[in-house]
Amino acid sequence: MEKFILKYFNLLRTIIAILIGFVISISIILLVSKNSIASLGYLFLGPFGSISRIGNIIELATPIIFCGIAIAIPFQAQQFNVGAEGTFFISAALGTAFALIIQKLNLPGFVYIIVVLTFAGLMGALWGFIPGYLKAKFRANMVVLTLMLNYIAYFISIYLINYHFRDKSAGYLTSYRLPDTVYLKQFIPNTRIHIGFLIAIASVFIAYYFLYHTTLGYEIRMVGFNFHFAKYSGINVFKVIVLSSIIGGIFAGIGGMSEVMGIHRRFLWQSLPGYGWDGVVVSIIGRNNPILIMFAAFFLAYLRIGGQVLNLLSDVPYELISVIEAIIILLITAEAFLENVKYRITVQVAEKEVLENESPS
Amino acid sequence: MNPLLKSILSTTFLFSVLRVATPIIFPALGVAISSLSGSTNIALEGIMLVSAFAGVVVSAFTQNLWLSLIAGISAGVLIALILGYFSLKLKADIILAAIALNLFASGITVFLLYIFAHDKGVSSSLKSLVFPIIKLDFLSEIPILGGILNNQNILVYIAFLSVAIYYVIVFHTPLGLKIRAVGQNPDAASSVGINVVRIKLYALIISGVFGALGGLYLSMGYVSWFGRDMTAGRGFIAIAASSIGGNMPLGTLLGSLLFGIVYALANFLAPINIPSEIIQVIPYIVTVLVLTIYSARTAKEKEVGEE
Repeated sequence: MEKFILKYFNLLRTIIAILIGFVISISIILLVSKNSIASLGYLFLGPFGSISRIGNIIELATPIIFCGIAIAIPFQAQQFNVGAEGTFFISAALGTAFALIIQKLNLPGFVYIIVVLTFAGLMGALWGFIPGYLKAKFRANMVVLTLMLNYIAYFISIYLINYHFRDKSAGYLTSYRLPDTVYLKQFIPNTRIHIGFLIAIASVFIAYYFLYHTTLGYEIRMVGFNFHFAKYSGINVFKVIVLSSIIGGIFAGIGGMSEVMGIHRRFLWQSLPGYGWDGVVVSIIGRNNPILIMFAAFFLAYLRIGGQVLNLLSDVPYELISVIEAIIILLITAEAFLENVKYRITVQVAEKEVLENESPS
Repeated sequence: MNPLLKSILSTTFLFSVLRVATPIIFPALGVAISSLSGSTNIALEGIMLVSAFAGVVVSAFTQNLWLSLIAGISAGVLIALILGYFSLKLKADIILAAIALNLFASGITVFLLYIFAHDKGVSSSLKSLVFPIIKLDFLSEIPILGGILNNQNILVYIAFLSVAIYYVIVFHTPLGLKIRAVGQNPDAASSVGINVVRIKLYALIISGVFGALGGLYLSMGYVSWFGRDMTAGRGFIAIAASSIGGNMPLGTLLGSLLFGIVYALANFLAPINIPSEIIQVIPYIVTVLVLTIYSARTAKEKEVGEE
């Protein structure tokens, strides 16, 4: 038992953090709701209430999975690149513009989709290159750089769409509609789950393979694990920092465009949608491991949909979810949380082993 | 003279620059002092939000400005203390903990707004007070300067005073010396008997106080209500403003004023069809450039890749 606890300590700690988040949210609901039992039902069971709600979970998880991977790859190298928010946005805007421009070529659907997604991925790579290069070359602060670049991406995108690709007949600020041929098909009735979800799942496994089974992935993790050791063992740190930022950008870029092509069919955001920050949340919960991030994204989407049902049907506001999320993140990132428990168990295990080794003789 | 130029050179324009820059000066000083101690406080967004909210709620229920001031500052400092507890004591990464706290602040304020005011947008059903506007007779007699400086909210003056206070704290108190020592080389500071954790915590607390004043100005000076996410990224802009100024008092003030000018300009230019996005993006590009140049010059002794 003790060995099991030590082996899965991080996982158990994450689960305990989530449980504490739940206990606090249940207490808050009991405190503020007039019909608290029903409210708890809405929050926890509501998301599974119908096919369309289960669909909502998966629809919402899709962009979060992309952004989670985009954040995790530079995070693995200990580069706090929080630029997925802006990368997602500007790649979607530039991708939309590109898809509208090449519309005249009448490419066959499959080719059209591949070309547009590739373009968006390249734009993401380009946008990811900027902070990666500035950090590696000039040692500028990554967090501040990427925060600023998020705003720059926002203003450029809004300018581009509103002044050059705006559909004036739409009655609200939005781009022209994309042609049907470039639309990512929604394949489950009564939901908006689209091909982009399958691309997201594929991305999870590609990112996992990349991080844990390729040389560059190993180098990225090594730089994050011990910067100086990585440097002195001959890893090109400059290359690792720039490439981790670029590769993260590619995932965010494809994610942004697939959201446009799968759900909205036009660029209709007038403010940053926040998926980049959700990406930070799930990469923390998933400890930068793409597969765990996928589960964290489903979990987060489940909570969010539960919050929406709660908001709709009870007297408890949706924002309870942000509070739970915040508590969970704080506890997961707190390295010293439960550390004394781990220490005690380690000592116990060691003592037991010493006894076992001594007893036969 | 060109009518546009004329309106930009007017006293009304400069008056509004000070008005708009104030909620950036406060958190920028907050970011600056935490950065000097070696940790970047990106939770100013959340700190401002809870203070803005606490101020409005307490003023609505007590109708007492002093109590709302105390409540606002306490709320801001509380968030700073939680950040300090998690980052310094529980060894959470300060960036990630701050992101969590921003999320928390955004959620809890709307949640409580709904509980108190039954509205998730604005607190207009709560009758809250505002901090007074200061009218000085001697100022109104000075031609241009009077028009710019007079009739501002008291917190606008306090913002400028805070820059001076920040200067005094950092350069003329033992605490300031320790903060700078800890920021430059924590190991050396610790070897001469400075309690690094405690100094960093003090810096975070001061940063919470500055942030709180910024938040209070937003909801009880700039306007007279609390609105959801009303900080609108000012806590992040503050990071830019203090980076532009290299975390120094005058530089941070100038960095904040740059943003003030740009935002006032965006408002003034709105009627004449220059895309405001183009103007609004300028300070962020300037920040990236300044940050890059500044880092390139100071980074020689640092290792590439280290945060």
